[in-house]
Amino acid sequence: MTAELPPGLALQKVDERIMTLNVGPQHPGSGHMRIVVQIDGDYIVACDPDPGYVHRGEEKMAEYRNYITNIPHLERPVIHDSCNVLYPYVLGAEEILGIEVPERAKYVRVIASELNRCIYTQYWLAIYGIFLGHSTMFMWPAGDRELLIDLMEKMSGARVTHAHFVPGGVRNDLPANFEDACLRQVNYFEKRIKEYAAVFYDNPILISRTKDTGVLSKQDAIRLGTTGSVLRASGVDYDLRIKEPYDVYEELDVHTNVMKEGDSYARSKVPWLDMMESCNIIRQALQKMPKSGSVRTKLKPNPKTKGPETVYKRVESGRGSLGCYIVSDGKTEPYRVKMSVGSFRNLIALPYLLKGEKLGNMPSVYWSLNYWPVEADR
Amino acid sequence: MLKDLVTPENANVFVGKLGDILEKAIDKPLGYAINWGRIWSLWPVHIETACCSVEFGAASSPRYDVERFGIIEAFGSLRQCDLVVVQGTITRKMAPRLRLVYDQMPEPKYVIAMGACAITGGLYFDSYNVLPGIDGVIPVDVYVPGCPPRPETLIQGCILLQEKIKRMKARKFV
Amino acid sequence: MSEETEKPTPETTEKSVAKQEEVIELPALEKGLSEKLTSKFGEKTSIAFVKENRVRVDVKKEDVHDVAEFIRDEMNFDHVESVTGVDFPDDKEIEVVYHIGSYTDNSLANQVLTLATRAPREDIPIPGKDGTRLPTLRDIFYSVEFHEREVFEMLGVYFDGHPDNRRLLLPEDWADLPPLRKDFAIKGR
Ligand code: SF4
Repeated sequence: MTAELPPGLALQKVDERIMTLNVGPQHPGSGHMRIVVQIDGDYIVACDPDPGYVHRGEEKMAEYRNYITNIPHLERPVIHDSCNVLYPYVLGAEEILGIEVPERAKYVRVIASELNRCIYTQYWLAIYGIFLGHSTMFMWPAGDRELLIDLMEKMSGARVTHAHFVPGGVRNDLPANFEDACLRQVNYFEKRIKEYAAVFYDNPILISRTKDTGVLSKQDAIRLGTTGSVLRASGVDYDLRIKEPYDVYEELDVHTNVMKEGDSYARSKVPWLDMMESCNIIRQALQKMPKSGSVRTKLKPNPKTKGPETVYKRVESGRGSLGCYIVSDGKTEPYRVKMSVGSFRNLIALPYLLKGEKLGNMPSVYWSLNYWPVEADR
Repeated sequence: MLKDLVTPENANVFVGKLGDILEKAIDKPLGYAINWGRIWSLWPVHIETACCSVEFGAASSPRYDVERFGIIEAFGSLRQCDLVVVQGTITRKMAPRLRLVYDQMPEPKYVIAMGACAITGGLYFDSYNVLPGIDGVIPVDVYVPGCPPRPETLIQGCILLQEKIKRMKARKFV
Repeated sequence: MSEETEKPTPETTEKSVAKQEEVIELPALEKGLSEKLTSKFGEKTSIAFVKENRVRVDVKKEDVHDVAEFIRDEMNFDHVESVTGVDFPDDKEIEVVYHIGSYTDNSLANQVLTLATRAPREDIPIPGKDGTRLPTLRDIFYSVEFHEREVFEMLGVYFDGHPDNRRLLLPEDWADLPPLRKDFAIKGR
């Protein structure tokens, strides 16, 4: 970068050459955040992410509502992954309130959670397509995800904000003939996403834009504490569905997808492979699910807690491990709720990866971190 | 006779008067044509503010395909846009930026407030960092309620805005 | 996982048998972890609870740096998942909780070690300039960088030695109390 500069640039001193660029919040390639980058010619020399444009104080609000009424607003950080984002909170609340979950509800939860993971990943993939200027890759995932949204709509009644998980189970039982419809849609969906390889993942333009950009080595992925697909793309085999199975994941056969490269291409491919795994899990869960039975342990409107307690529960969401730390002081409202979200944990990798990268690669590196700003800001 | 009337001193006044008369005469058809052009080019600024942007994105997906109405086409520069769709919560950090974006847009510009949060604060009515609706920041033309509004609702809101523009005085902005 | 991670489970031997009576069924691994900490630091640490997959250690703020270093070097934990500040106005203290996990050690993959420490709390906070301070753990766990920035702005706990204690999520003109303190009341409540 320093050795052979073009003639015009060589005349200037380094400090004069460096330019500060604001990317966002009004920018097609930034989402709901601002990234301040300093560039020298075409190369990024420093990057300072500035999140917080959607900081809505969820954690403070949770202290004023009881364990049930917290549900709707705690799922808002990621409305298209709303089952997964509620999952750790619901697991924690169950432990604090001391309730058992019926067996069938656990399977319904697994199905809903996997469907949501696909819905989330499809949206993410669609936006990734836009960021790379590949409009077919916006249209295909955005259209196919409606199939699964239909299923979730049948199951819970809402398009994206389901509020389906409650402490004690799920809100409603599955509608009639849901299993058949689900199996049909999921099979078709799996067939569809396999076609993405031809148009996207084997596309030489995509490969040349994402291969070997933003390489995160295995040591750094561990040191920076990244999670989810970013971690697995760097060669660390870590998935909470296997390592710390919750609900009925123990009884299901779950595989992880690990890639060694750690570049943007690997980071964009791992979630896609995970979607196929989700289809497998849904099929298994549909098979093993008890055919009847209750799906919810009913609670009083203002449930009593067992006493002071702290719990930390975590699940594997679409963006990686999602932890919820609840401190209860024995009242009906939680004393403190903290969501430790995957997006926020992956954000630290952004300044690290962008250093020395070309400015044109910024969108592809940024969005490959599986980052959803609303979730990171909470 | 005209020569007597128009002296070098009052030439400007006279031409201005003539323009007014001319404009009055063809206002109706001209205004209609201008408005007709405007309603089919409602291009939004690319500013996402919160979770409603998921449904905003879904509105351009193949199932809803809002671009068939000639509206809400994803577009780059705000200098060429004439619509702000406020996609949800406006936090205290975002509000000055939203105003800045609005101020930089050329006239005419329209605003759709999408989602309960943009209308009243919605779920976050008691949060410390959320504005109770965006009316205090920018003027709103159409409110689209819902949390989040379904894409159909957003399309309906846009069609309402088109109806509204049709009845507006085009001359105000000429 | 690669070879270097396949280490035998640490400390599952005689030590864990000693205090079996107190808690009914205590998982051996978690017990081993807590024993290891107490045998090194003795009085300085107090094990708050040992649950399935979760161990919680309370330490004084002077010792948190040493304990964290020990956790990283000797116990194979390698990243921090979350840093939480909890305000306790009655005790005049703010608790900061680190949830520490491990990617490299396969036997620890389901473990979360909770390291809790407390900073003194001032009634009228001047974030960054008053006595609400803790030593930073960023030189030990790099991953705490943004988390500690968040705790600083949300509760006003200044981390000594943190290279970049700036505001992260709140608006630039925030001049009120740090919002997650208990005496900051939100409107209408
Ligand atoms: S209206 Fe609902 S979906 Fe829209 S931004 Fe507000 S909380 Fe999110």
